[in-house]
Amino acid sequence: MNLIVISLLVLGITGLAAALLLYLTARKFKVEEDPRIDEVQEVLPGANCGGCGFAGCRALAEACVKADSLDGLLCPVGGAPVMEKIGAILGMEAAASEPKIAVVRCNGVCEARPRTSEYNGVKSCRIQHNLYVGETACPFGCLGCGDCAAACQFDALHINPQTGLPEVDEEKCVACGKCVSACPRNIIELRKKGPKGRRMVVKCVNKDKGAVARKACLNACIGCGKCQKECPFEAIVIENNVAYIDWEKCRLCRKCESVCPTGAIHAVNFPPRKPAGEAEGQKPVVEGQKSKVESTEAKAESGVQAEPKKEEAKA
Amino acid sequence: MKTFRIGGVHPHDNKIYSAHQPIRECALPEKAIIPLVQHIGAPAQPVVEKGQKVKVGELIAKAGGFVSANIHSPVSGTVTKIDSTTDAWGMKMPAIFIDVEGDEWVETIDRSTDVIRECTLEPKEIIDRITEAGIVGLGGACFPTHVKLLPPPGKKAEVLIVNGVECEPYLTCDHQLMLEHGEEIMTGIQILMRALGIQKAVIGIEKNKPDAIARMQELASRTLGVKVQPLKLKYPQGGEKQLIDACIRRQVPSGALPIEVGAVVDNVATIYAVYEAVQKHKPLISRVMTVTGKSLERPGNYSVRFGTPLTQVVAEAGGVPEDTGKIIGGGPMMGRAMNNIDMPANKRVSGLLFLPEAESRRTEPENCIRCGKCVSACPMGLEPYLLSKQAEMQMWDEMEKHDVMDCIDCGCCLFTCPSHRPLLDYIRMGKATVGGIIRARAQKK
Repeated sequence: MNLIVISLLVLGITGLAAALLLYLTARKFKVEEDPRIDEVQEVLPGANCGGCGFAGCRALAEACVKADSLDGLLCPVGGAPVMEKIGAILGMEAAASEPKIAVVRCNGVCEARPRTSEYNGVKSCRIQHNLYVGETACPFGCLGCGDCAAACQFDALHINPQTGLPEVDEEKCVACGKCVSACPRNIIELRKKGPKGRRMVVKCVNKDKGAVARKACLNACIGCGKCQKECPFEAIVIENNVAYIDWEKCRLCRKCESVCPTGAIHAVNFPPRKPAGEAEGQKPVVEGQKSKVESTEAKAESGVQAEPKKEEAKA
Repeated sequence: MKTFRIGGVHPHDNKIYSAHQPIRECALPEKAIIPLVQHIGAPAQPVVEKGQKVKVGELIAKAGGFVSANIHSPVSGTVTKIDSTTDAWGMKMPAIFIDVEGDEWVETIDRSTDVIRECTLEPKEIIDRITEAGIVGLGGACFPTHVKLLPPPGKKAEVLIVNGVECEPYLTCDHQLMLEHGEEIMTGIQILMRALGIQKAVIGIEKNKPDAIARMQELASRTLGVKVQPLKLKYPQGGEKQLIDACIRRQVPSGALPIEVGAVVDNVATIYAVYEAVQKHKPLISRVMTVTGKSLERPGNYSVRFGTPLTQVVAEAGGVPEDTGKIIGGGPMMGRAMNNIDMPANKRVSGLLFLPEAESRRTEPENCIRCGKCVSACPMGLEPYLLSKQAEMQMWDEMEKHDVMDCIDCGCCLFTCPSHRPLLDYIRMGKATVGGIIRARAQKK
C-alpha cells in the first residue's frame, strides 16, 4: 500500500515538474508566427509543385503574408480565384493575372523530320542532349524522350507516339513551369492562354539559317520574314532566324498563319475558317502538313529556294 | 611489374587488326575544312581572309587566349570562306574552308626525314616554338601543351612522364609511332626535359607492346636520365593520374593537376609533334590515327592532314564495312559514337572504329544488385552506382559532395556492371551539369 502511494507521488511529481519545464520552455522559445500564414495555406491547393517559384505552398503563403502587395506572386495551379481569396484574407488587391499554359514550340513530326541516326542510350532528353544533336538533324528540336512528361505532376503532358512530340492537355495544365525547366532545349514556353484559349504560336525554335533548318525539318521556321511584314501590329520579331510572336501585341488576326511558307505558325483553338481547308485546332494542321510533306519530299533535297515559291503558287 | 593501385578493368585489347601496320600517308583532300576548335579552351581566332592564298604550315588562326592553341594551314590553296560546319555529332563549330591547290610548303619547314638530335635552345625558346606550333595533347584531351610546360609559380616539375601506354583497346597509332619514330621521340623527350629544366623522364609502356618496349629501352640506354617502365596491362592506365601512380607511385590529390606532385605527362604523339616543331619548324598539321574494325578491309595507321574529310580516310581503309552498326571516334572505351563521318580530321580524332551491328547494341539495363563491382573498378575511387542514381534524381549538390568532378569518363563502371546499368551516361550528364553550376558560382564571385 505504502509502496503504491510513494510511487504514485514520485511519478506524479516528476510528471508535473516535466510538464512545468516543457511549458516554460515553450513560452520562452515560442516562435511568433502570423496566424494568417495558416489561413493562406489553407486556401492554396497544397500541390507543392513549386510552380510559383517558392519551395512549396507554405513558402508561398509566408511570402504572401510578408509582401506589401500581391504583385508578382501567383499560384499557377489555383490561378486568379485562389489569389483573390488570398487577397481577401490579407486585405490586399489580388494582382490581375492572365492564365498561362505550357506550349511546345516544336512541330518536328516524324514525317517532317527524317531520322538520321538511332539513339541507343538512356531514354532521357537531358543525356541525349549532352551527347549529340539527337536522332534527327535538328539541333534545336524536340528529342522526344519525355523528360517533360516525367516532370509534369498534373498528368498534363504526354508524348504522342505518332508524332514523337509532347502534347499539352489544356484542361489539366496549370502552367507550373516544371516542364519548362525539364526541357534541355528550352522548347517549352509558358504563354498566355488567350481569350477562349485562342493563341498564335510559332512552333519552331530552330536558330539555323533557312536552308539548313529546312533541310533538317520541313516544318521549321526559316526566318523568311513574311509574317513580320504581314503583321499589322508589329507583334512578330525575327531573331536568330526564327520568328517569335509577342503575345502582348498579338491580336489574333491570323494573317501570319496564312503567309507562313512552312506552316510553322499555328493558330490554336480557332473555329474553322469559312472557306473549308484550314481547320480548328492543331491536329488537322498536322495532317495538312503531311500531304505537303509527301508532295515535296523529293524537292527537300534540292534546296529550300524552290519551296516558298511553290507555296505561293499553291495559295 | 608496376601498375596503378586503385580500380581498373581488363577489356580485350583487340589490337591485332591494325598493330604493326606501317603508317600510311593519306592523300590530300580537294577541299579542306579546318575547325577552329581543336583543343580545350577558347576557340582560335582566324587571321586569314576570304580569297587569301595560304601555304602548308602558314598560321591561319591565332590562339584565343592562354589556354588555346594556334592553328596552321595543313594544305596549300585558297581560303574560300570562314563559316561554320557541323561536327560528327551534329553540333555547329566555326571553321576555315580551303580549296586545295598543289602542295606548297612554307620555306622554313625542314621536310627531310633526317633525325636532328642536337638542341641548344634556351627553355624559353623551346616553349615559344611549341606555343607557336599550336601543339596540343594528342592523347585525347587536347589540352594545349605549352600550358603544361609553364608550371604555376611555386610549383616545380621534377619528372617528365611519357605516355606510351595506349590502354584503349583497338588503337595502335602510338605503338606504331614508337616503332617508326623512336629516335625522334627520344629527342623530343630531351627537348622537353631541357624546357622544363629536369633530369628525369619515365616512359610508361604496357607489356602488350614488347617490341616498342625493347626499341625504347635500347634508345633510352643511350640517353641520360630516361628510363622505360614496362607496365602491367590494365585500363585506364593511360589516364594522366593513373599513369603517374603507376610510374612514380605518387597520387595526385582530388581536383589538382599533375604538377602538384611534380609530374608533367605527355603522350608520345605529342612529343613527336614537339620534336617536329622545335627541330624541323613544322607546326602541328597532321596526326597519326588508327582506322580499324573487325570487318574493315584495310585497317591500319594513317597519317592524316587536318581538314581531310574522314570519309576520305575511310575510303583509303577500304570503305565502311557493310555490317557496321556503330562508328566510334576514338577507342571503344572513351570514344563517342558518331552521327556521320563527313567531319574533317582534326587534332582531336585519334581513331575511327567500326563496330559490327551485333557488337554495337547495348544490353537492356536491369536493376542494381548492389554488388559494388563499379566501386572496385573505379580508378578514381568514386562510387558510380551512387553518383548515377544521384544524377537520375538530379541531386546536383550531393553529386558535387561525392566528387563527381574527379570522374575521368573512363567507363570502367559501365564495363564492369553485371546489370548493364548505364552508369556513365548518367554520371557524364551529372558531371556536365555540376560543372556548369560550379562555373556559374565562380563567375558570381
